[in-house]
Amino acid sequence: MTTTTPDLDADGVEVDVKPRAISRRTTGSDRVFVYGARTIGASVLVITGGVGLFLGWQARPTLERYGLRFFLEQQWSPDTDVVGIAAVLVGTFQVALVAMVIAFPLALLTALYISEYAPERIRSTLVSLVDLMAAVPSVIYGLWGALLIMPHAADLAIWFDRHLGWLPIFAVPGGRADSPLPALSQYGFSAFCAGIPVSMMVMPMACAVMRQVFSQTPPGEKEAALALGATRWGVVRAVVLPFGRGGIIGGTMLALGRALGETIAVLLILSPAFEIKWSLTEKGGNTVSALIAGQFNEATASQLSALLAAGFVLFLITLLINTLAATVVNRSRSGAETG
Amino acid sequence: MTTTAPDPRLDDAVVPAAPRTHLPSRDADAPPAQPRTSLGRMSPDELFVRAGSWVAGLGLAWLITQRLLPLTGLPWFLVVWFCSGLLVTVVATAMTGTAVEVRDRVAAAVVTAAALFVGAALVSVVVYVAVKGWRPVLNLNFFLDDMSGVGPKDPFDEGGIRHAIVGSLIQIGIAVAITLPLGVGTAVFMTEVGGRFARVVRTIVEAMTALPSIVAGLFIYTVWILALGQPRSGFAAALALSVMMLPIIARAADVVLRVVPGGLREASLALGASRWRTVWHVVLPTARPGLATALILGVARGIGETSPVLLTSGAADFTKLNPFDGSMNSLPLFIFGGVRSGNAIAIQRAYGAALVLLVLVLVLFVVARLLARQRSTGRRPRRPGRAPRPARPARRSLRPSRRTR
Repeated sequence: MTTTTPDLDADGVEVDVKPRAISRRTTGSDRVFVYGARTIGASVLVITGGVGLFLGWQARPTLERYGLRFFLEQQWSPDTDVVGIAAVLVGTFQVALVAMVIAFPLALLTALYISEYAPERIRSTLVSLVDLMAAVPSVIYGLWGALLIMPHAADLAIWFDRHLGWLPIFAVPGGRADSPLPALSQYGFSAFCAGIPVSMMVMPMACAVMRQVFSQTPPGEKEAALALGATRWGVVRAVVLPFGRGGIIGGTMLALGRALGETIAVLLILSPAFEIKWSLTEKGGNTVSALIAGQFNEATASQLSALLAAGFVLFLITLLINTLAATVVNRSRSGAETG
Repeated sequence: MTTTAPDPRLDDAVVPAAPRTHLPSRDADAPPAQPRTSLGRMSPDELFVRAGSWVAGLGLAWLITQRLLPLTGLPWFLVVWFCSGLLVTVVATAMTGTAVEVRDRVAAAVVTAAALFVGAALVSVVVYVAVKGWRPVLNLNFFLDDMSGVGPKDPFDEGGIRHAIVGSLIQIGIAVAITLPLGVGTAVFMTEVGGRFARVVRTIVEAMTALPSIVAGLFIYTVWILALGQPRSGFAAALALSVMMLPIIARAADVVLRVVPGGLREASLALGASRWRTVWHVVLPTARPGLATALILGVARGIGETSPVLLTSGAADFTKLNPFDGSMNSLPLFIFGGVRSGNAIAIQRAYGAALVLLVLVLVLFVVARLLARQRSTGRRPRRPGRAPRPARPARRSLRPSRRTR
């Protein structure tokens, strides 16, 4: 291969070479690509943004009609023109709280196990298993929770009532935990029972996000920690967890968002009741999504608007949580690294 | 590291004596150090302390639950075993090691126990559904027939769930056909083009992942069915699933594309490739396993999602191939209807359908995994008895995701 030399004049005098103008404007196929991508982005923006706007627009008449009462009223009886979501919102948060209390430690520890502790050979199998857990349909978790887990959960609720009954969240008014055979029906069908299958549903989502972030920890930093004499846990605490903090928070928030909106498991387990209960283990309760699923069929136009308003409120809450999570993730180191 | 020269600014202040490194004194009479057999593996001592602690814990747990305290049942036994095993580990480690080692062992035990617990939960779900649902599945007509003209109390050799399987596949197929190009395209736009508008799109898409699935169903129900006067149909259900899945897939794909090393893009652009070619030949192939995972998670969530379908599709008892033509059943809906009916035979059928749905998800999942893996490793069959191939560092560096998976 010969290299070409720059053209010189025959006399050896250099021709006046002008530097090429550098332009950042895209041309040709790049331009098509940019516009194509922008079009797709814009259409998705219209679709997804349209849903949000539509919900808000539909919710307006209800919010105007009931005003603040909509958030303070516990009863939901459209026939008597009393509609409020106070009890339903509290129920939603109770179920999500139970779910996250169970799911967060399990997700974090499982993600750590897979990325740091598991033998190299079985690691990819474990990743697949967690993804498979995320893939198990919610209705199946609902069946599992309602028929297999609920009796045991009720037993546990009785135990809580006996030993931790002084905490209002575990006290069951009317339930006689001290009798030799307490009625399981009073301790089942509760927010606590509904939260267990929901936790199994959201745990793998959180775990997948956390694991993905943990596995991107720079190996150099881990090796540096090991070389300084850190134990395995030392590496996890000093390198992996700080690096993956964004992923931990982001994954948890993602899971919380899904836990708040979960319908079917709650519909199968929770027996509907419209009152605020401080006890997590007492029978009865309701969530926004279960309310919608239970009421939409016989709803008139105005009731549908009320349901959409309830859905809109739920959406705004999850939106707030997700936005906070996105801010945290974007600021974290694992956000935009170039390897 | 240890500077002895005092800081001139701190002349008057009391300068603490800099910590000194000290050399270990060697004992001349000590026996020669035993060479370690291997660096990574545990020594016999360590192995004994670790395994022995848990055996001791097992014994303690038996003593406590069976003889000392009235704690009956397997769950209590496991809980006590874990606690006592942890305790013995702490004591045994503290006898020879430092607090750092104790913490390390405890952390390892807790992490492993949590992973085992999660695995047990998954196994219990699968086994429970299989045990409850194997009866109806044994009849071939369960797959080949639908429920038209079959009463809910009829025996298992009549009727089946063909209509639900077909309906589920059609609905999820339409939803994937809508969401995959749009979702990945949006992710490409957000990561590769960028700019202020892309940030707006990213914000909105991330916001919409917060949309609860039931609200997505309610949206389609209000717009498509009530406002536009369309009948409940499989297509409406597919639309509801798409609205739900689109932000999920777009966001997951965005996350995956963002961790593609910028150096790869720059290398491709520096070689003269256009931006489109860079995306198609460098960015997307590098991210392929992650994209497959994103799609799997989206599809898996879509196919098992009952609530949007509950609102939009309606349940038909017969097989229907045209998604625009009236109500269409699907597996989750069939399961939900069966369980809600309260009839023992219908509940068993629902369990059978749940088993089918679980197997369907499993198969889809394995296929997607195999596809992702085959592409990313370039069709190299990996068999155990073979000599390892020489590493190809140049290609290797293109696939950072393989090492980490």
